[in-house]
Amino acid sequence: MAEGPIPDSNALRQQVDEAFACADYARAHALLTQLWQLRPDASTAAYLVGRFEKLRGHIALAPCRLAILRSFTVEPAIGLLRAMAFAAGIDLEVHLGDFNTYFQEMLDAASTLYAFRPDVVILAVQACDIVPDLWTGFADLDAAGVQAAKDRTAATYRQIIETFRSRCPAHIILHSLQIPSAPALGVLDATAEHGQSAAFRQINDELAHLARAHKNVYLFDYDRLIARRGEAAWSDPRKWLTARLPIAAGELVHLARAWMRFLHPITGKVCKALVVDLDNTLWGGVIGEDGLEGIKLDEAYPGAAFQAVQRTMLDLYRRGIILAICSKNNPAEALEAIAQHRGMLLRPEHFAAVRINWNDKATNLREIAGELNIGIDSLAFMDDNPVERTWVREQLPEVTVLELPADPMGFAPALRDSPVFERLAISEEDRERGRMYAEQRQRAELQATAGSLEDFYRSLQMSVEIALVTPATLARTAQLTQKTNQFNLTTKRYTEQQIAELSAAPGGRVYNVRVADRFGDNGLVGVVITRQVNEDCEVDTFLLSCRVIGRTVETAILAIVAQEAAKAGAKTLGGWFVPSKKNAPAKDFYRQHALTSTREKDGATWWQLPLPAAALVCPAWIDLRMSPGETK
Amino acid sequence: MDETIATQVRQIAADLFQVPLDKVTPASSPETLEAWDSVGHLNLVLALESQLGISLAPEDIEKMKTIADVIALVQERSK
Repeated sequence: MAEGPIPDSNALRQQVDEAFACADYARAHALLTQLWQLRPDASTAAYLVGRFEKLRGHIALAPCRLAILRSFTVEPAIGLLRAMAFAAGIDLEVHLGDFNTYFQEMLDAASTLYAFRPDVVILAVQACDIVPDLWTGFADLDAAGVQAAKDRTAATYRQIIETFRSRCPAHIILHSLQIPSAPALGVLDATAEHGQSAAFRQINDELAHLARAHKNVYLFDYDRLIARRGEAAWSDPRKWLTARLPIAAGELVHLARAWMRFLHPITGKVCKALVVDLDNTLWGGVIGEDGLEGIKLDEAYPGAAFQAVQRTMLDLYRRGIILAICSKNNPAEALEAIAQHRGMLLRPEHFAAVRINWNDKATNLREIAGELNIGIDSLAFMDDNPVERTWVREQLPEVTVLELPADPMGFAPALRDSPVFERLAISEEDRERGRMYAEQRQRAELQATAGSLEDFYRSLQMSVEIALVTPATLARTAQLTQKTNQFNLTTKRYTEQQIAELSAAPGGRVYNVRVADRFGDNGLVGVVITRQVNEDCEVDTFLLSCRVIGRTVETAILAIVAQEAAKAGAKTLGGWFVPSKKNAPAKDFYRQHALTSTREKDGATWWQLPLPAAALVCPAWIDLRMSPGETK
Repeated sequence: MDETIATQVRQIAADLFQVPLDKVTPASSPETLEAWDSVGHLNLVLALESQLGISLAPEDIEKMKTIADVIALVQERSK
């Protein structure tokens, strides 16, 4: 398909003015973003910042207060950074420290840094400024001198971070130190035991260690950025000597981009799912015309470009990004290629939602978001066809549409360069997410084919394991109370500390629920907290992740909770239903299980039933186990 | 005078100093454009270098007293 005419930047600016004139701010935002993609340079940045200042209040922007403490000139990068942030929906307010005052600013509680109340601090300090003796004076140092310089530097960073952290919870981004490209020992440096490069690498290892040891501290590999760009292109020695600016004019935008890779996940401007096209995106050629043998997908050129895309997608999948397909094709042919083609690195089990049909892509994307139960603004879309990209951009401006070059060899790099897939921490749950969504899709397909609901439950072969909370499950238990909204009877949010206290309280019990079925293990997906006072057992919290609701698991759990309470001598089991904006799915839970409502208070309803409750039993299709755990 | 270069320089200055294009004339200088301070001067140099593909020496940078100076310099360096 032919590309539409590419609007030039003057035409776009004119359209921006028109959008402002008729107060169409969403369109102005979209046009400004487009303008930035077209010409990401300093004058466009200045223009964007000026226009976005006027959009403030008219469009949703996430505010973020960024302090940059530095040892060199970064001012010319700030305009670029603010423009990029605006385009990404982030309203950045920047505080710049004076040259080389980072130490004082961090240590002095009365400094302008603390008065600024930053959300994020970037510590942009250069190797030649913080350890000049290792940088230019290396040849004069003996082994002990090198060690002393390394120790002193690591100690400086440790003191800065620990002091700052004790006063302020802001995120901290540390620049790694540049490793000298022309070391004092010449070629021998790489081999030498106490070489100059090794000394800087060891300091960088210390910084990584420091980042791991503190919450919300991250190491930005500045040295690798310079290596990627090429040191000769990156550096401008004359500007360094005259303006303390070590970076060449054309490279500043890459520094700002690298910072944005942290600011995206910090401000939540990330995507949860990547939706991809198939023909000429996931493989070369058109499956409907070229057939299984004709499409290009292997280790050789040009099929390798598409394997590179798939390999990058696998990296994202393991990072917790959900993958989905949106393609105009005959489903049978396309699915056969995904399942059978020898060159495919991705298989059907990697995809959580699949729309292969002839509907328009905006409609399909809306459906995919619905099926995955995530917002449309959580979707990223990748398609080689510029017409489809334009269509989606116009129909669904909330979707992040990846801009791709014409040459497929550039697809994987474009995907890797997108900041919306960056994460600052990856949990066990993130790593398992893709698999769980794909299993959910298979369950839904089974439900569509199974006859009665009971047949469906039976075919799932569910097993439910209930156990008391342990130190190892405290974090996940607290997280579930904080994140579960739908099937949550009281929506009480607890910290790990509070969960531990509830568990240790007299008569208190905190139950963990794990659910597995023939498609896989859902992991720890439910929490029940009860408190027994004399002969009355109160359900303080009863929640279940939306992954497993509607499968009678909740009946099994309530049955065992009632049984355990009766065993402990309780004569009644009762609990509040506290309505929230989102917990309608749990509204009739107690009524459906033969509890009766006896009183109301502030919109909440108290339900109870006498124990032992013979009618409350675990459904026959669930294999239920109560782990003994520690007895209290 | 090369009109294309003159317009490009004026447009870059207008963007960076956040004024309409017609407010940037050959006579414009740090005295007439409020945002043309020392940081603005550095930003202007960097924008000229990266957007027009030229390289400016410290000696050049000192000579940029008015927009006319800048246009003449860019023309010289673009040859």
